Amino acid sequence: MYQESLTSQGDSMNKVVKNAAEAIAGISDGMTLMLGGFGLCGIPENSINALVKSGVKNLTCISNNAGVDDFGIGLMLQGKQVKKMISSYVGENAEFERQLLSGELEVELLPQGTLAERCRAAGAGIPAFFTPAGYGTEVAEGKEVREFNGKQYIMEKAFESDYAIVKAWKGDTDGNLIFKATARNFNPLMAMAGKITIAEVEELVQPGELDPNSIHTPSIFVNRIFQGVDYEKRIEQRTIR
Amino acid sequence: MLTKEQIAQRIAKELKDGYYVNLGIGIPTLVANYVPNDIDVTLQSENGLLGMGPFPTEEEIDADLINAGKQTVTTLPGSVFFDSATSFAMIRSGRVDLTVLGAMEVNDKGDIANWKIPGKMVKGMGGAMDLVASAQNIIVAMQHTNRAGESKLLKELSLPVTGLGCVKKVVTNLCVMDITARGFELKELAPGVSIADVQAATAGRLIVEGNIPEILF
Repeated sequence: MYQESLTSQGDSMNKVVKNAAEAIAGISDGMTLMLGGFGLCGIPENSINALVKSGVKNLTCISNNAGVDDFGIGLMLQGKQVKKMISSYVGENAEFERQLLSGELEVELLPQGTLAERCRAAGAGIPAFFTPAGYGTEVAEGKEVREFNGKQYIMEKAFESDYAIVKAWKGDTDGNLIFKATARNFNPLMAMAGKITIAEVEELVQPGELDPNSIHTPSIFVNRIFQGVDYEKRIEQRTIR
Repeated sequence: MLTKEQIAQRIAKELKDGYYVNLGIGIPTLVANYVPNDIDVTLQSENGLLGMGPFPTEEEIDADLINAGKQTVTTLPGSVFFDSATSFAMIRSGRVDLTVLGAMEVNDKGDIANWKIPGKMVKGMGGAMDLVASAQNIIVAMQHTNRAGESKLLKELSLPVTGLGCVKKVVTNLCVMDITARGFELKELAPGVSIADVQAATAGRLIVEGNIPEILF
């Protein structure tokens, strides 16, 4: 691990990797991963496919959703690669529900804002915070409760993760990232939170080509970057007027 | 009895000019179809969009532009995108004026359950727990009874709670009720529904006082 972080973080000029397989090098059994996206929107498709191919197992995955049966994190569930999911909503995935109810899969469900803030806190060097979300519910079990200004709050801690894997619209070879529309969601928060952050982008450009006013994730948070291929961008609920 | 569309239409009457509104999945989403013409409301979608527009045409569909129900949507002039932490900052800090949610159960103290049926269904709370813990005003849109005909308006919740003492108003297929310290206060009846019908379908404390008017649209 020590060697790993030295080589991946030491040389800022060397963040660009060839493809997803190279990007996920070092991800091994039992690690904790953050995966960006909301539903199937803004998920790191290339990296997920590489993780499926790699066969890495016993992963703990922090991601708002768990994909669908045959796409996204759902593919990792089919391969029984996930030991534990930490999510806010998993309703679109029948295989997930089956594994959960049968006890094969461990799951921690969290309020969506809590999930987001636990990522943000990790990336901001803040170990814990208080939120009203989940007070008086199962989510609060075992957590410190404190009153501020007459209202009850529960303490939530920053996530710890080995790798964060995010998907951006555009990125430069230094690691600066721009996200598109609602594909932003958890991606910039997770990008800040990984011990090692992998970014896959639709378009990789040279430094200087992105407007500094428009960059969402500053390069300092990103360790590895590559231009993905063959984005499917599957739509869960194609709805027209 | 009200249809789902009529429940949404009645809730739309609660909207006020300048409101920021978060609409949950299901009946609440339909409220957007009945916003009165003479007011402006801004829809917040917790996956990272303020100023949500209508569903797209076939040509406008963009896989990167969805709402919290994962449906394809559009933007409007003045729309803005943001990350999930910023989205819930808006919600927790009380800037969203009205939240409309579906529910599996509501009790007469304003507690709501809508995220889990132990041993049977686990979907998760999504943004609901953050919304109910912080929203200024929460209206629940729901059917008065479940498929087995049992009341969903209870004295005590049987399902895991989502939030405590947060629901202010419930609009069902049978009636409109406010939730106060005294319980469910019957305010309006759906066409063709009697007080006795509501009493028979409500398991929690029900307050019926004075003349109860029919719901107007």
